[in-house]
Amino acid sequence: MEQNSIVTISDLVKRFPVGKSFFTALNGINLTFNKGQFAGVVGPSGSGKTTLLNIIGSLDSPTVGSAIVLNEEVSKLSTKKAAVLRRKHLGFIFQTYNLLPVYTVFENIEFPLLLLNMPALERKKAVLDALEWVGLTDKIKSRPAQLSGGESQRVAIARAMVKKPELVLADEPTANLDAENSHHILQTMEKLNDELKTTFIFATHDDKVIKYLKRKIRLEDGKVVSDEIINNL
Amino acid sequence: MLAIKLAYRNLIGAGLRTWLNVFVLSLSYVLIIYFNGLMDGFNIQAKTDTIAWEIGDGVYWHKNYNAYDPFTLEEGHGIIPESLNYAVNKGTLSPILISQATIYPDGRLQSVLLKGIGTEQKVLKIPSQSLSVETEEIPALIGKRMAANTKLKKDDVVTLRWRDAQGTFDAAEIKIVNIFDSNVPTIDMGQIWIPLKEMQKMKQMPDEATIIVKSKEFNKKINDDNWVFKGHTFLLEDITKLIKTKKIGSSFFYIIIMALAMLAIFDTQVLSIFRRQKEIGTYIALGMTRSQVVGLFTVEGSFHAILAAIVGAVYGIPLLMLQAINGYPIPEGADNMGIAVGKAIYPVYGLGLVISTIIIVFLITTIVSYLPARKISKMNPTDAIKGKIQ
Repeated sequence: MEQNSIVTISDLVKRFPVGKSFFTALNGINLTFNKGQFAGVVGPSGSGKTTLLNIIGSLDSPTVGSAIVLNEEVSKLSTKKAAVLRRKHLGFIFQTYNLLPVYTVFENIEFPLLLLNMPALERKKAVLDALEWVGLTDKIKSRPAQLSGGESQRVAIARAMVKKPELVLADEPTANLDAENSHHILQTMEKLNDELKTTFIFATHDDKVIKYLKRKIRLEDGKVVSDEIINNL
Repeated sequence: MLAIKLAYRNLIGAGLRTWLNVFVLSLSYVLIIYFNGLMDGFNIQAKTDTIAWEIGDGVYWHKNYNAYDPFTLEEGHGIIPESLNYAVNKGTLSPILISQATIYPDGRLQSVLLKGIGTEQKVLKIPSQSLSVETEEIPALIGKRMAANTKLKKDDVVTLRWRDAQGTFDAAEIKIVNIFDSNVPTIDMGQIWIPLKEMQKMKQMPDEATIIVKSKEFNKKINDDNWVFKGHTFLLEDITKLIKTKKIGSSFFYIIIMALAMLAIFDTQVLSIFRRQKEIGTYIALGMTRSQVVGLFTVEGSFHAILAAIVGAVYGIPLLMLQAINGYPIPEGADNMGIAVGKAIYPVYGLGLVISTIIIVFLITTIVSYLPARKISKMNPTDAIKGKIQ
């Protein structure tokens, strides 16, 4: 394991039961993600991108092999320890934003900090900073139903980033957005990656996202078919 | 604390759905407290009136007397112990002589219970002082029910026939000098009250009584084998039993109200767990443990009970107070069933009743909320995030 690595995946296999047999979603994956990377797992639907992200996010565990995330072996984590790992160190961005519908923008972003028992004043400052990063200071009291898709996803980014996690997992973050909003969001994430050195791992098949990636891992039928570092300069 | 904070946010954020459930649940609080208060008021009122008008602080029965067996009246009387005369004169004991008799209002024959009571007694509320009038006839006192049944009015004179101690029939005219209004039918229906001294003479039973009613001020114990003390527990047993039966009957009503309220909470919880799968998945992804999410949903459910108590208090306190002041009107004739019932029952809402109702509703709501919430712990978070669970 490299000293700088944040995620190390070795010989990972993930199978799901389908009737009496199994469907193999991931087959022999070996990958390492280093701190500060802006990487993406790309590939067609059903290639295993989301499954890989779920395992890295400790929401699921491998059938065979290991996934070490921030020095924790995912398959050996109890549900409680996995929750602590996610709470303290991971941020999630979902395709459908997954904002809490009855909360305001402020409350949605504040939520991860409440779970960390952060004092109220510190919490408020952190939320306001996060709102500034994503340029939504004017929507502080709005509820998710009053936001556009782009705004909702920016709130989701702020929620993922507010606790300054080591790793952010973004599953198809631009799938429901138009080109302009997609670029805006990706620029925001790129800026945060630069400024805060947060590691981003995307699961996407959107060309707009792929253009921004600095590392592109192609999955096909649950196997890594290519892994390239891209120099955008 | 976190669960409480989040549950509060979720409930307030859910708006109308929350308030509908809260209102239904608040009705349970108010109705349960109201009906229990009504029963308690009825109980207290019936007991207080019976104590004031009939049994005082307890009654000494002659050893041969049994109030539930009219055949014991013939032998159930004896000399009032001399040692008690000071208390009788002081008004802390009230001896009563009881006998069967017959009256002939408008030529009709009617059996009555003739009761002799001291005209100066202060133990019972019966207005026996009105018997101290000078009349040619024997002065008599009857209750409003007796007056209605016999069509007797004040100043009416009617023939009374009785048997004396030797079993000889005798008769005299009695004059109704007063008609009293009491909530206690057992001192009224079929009864005529006359002065004790007069009755002792008529019956040829000087210084005798059937029962001796004591007041609170009389603290001594009568050490005489001829007299057996009957306390409140025994004398009020009928009322206690009746209230108990009524309470059991009305508890079915509470069960129905509670079941409706609980159904609303249960339904909301079940629906929430299906409709809010994505939210549950998000909670887990953001770092909540499954037990924290189950706790959150349970607290959300039980919060309904707290909000309902507040809402119930807002409209319930004025309504219940109004009812406690004005009382629940009782239809005419309802007291003929043999138990003390006033023209209205005034509900009594004890602190114990209110607190126990709140605790019971809160506990049931929590259990009803927890049962569907347990399903969350079995959810696959990766499916829940996408809202995929069927």
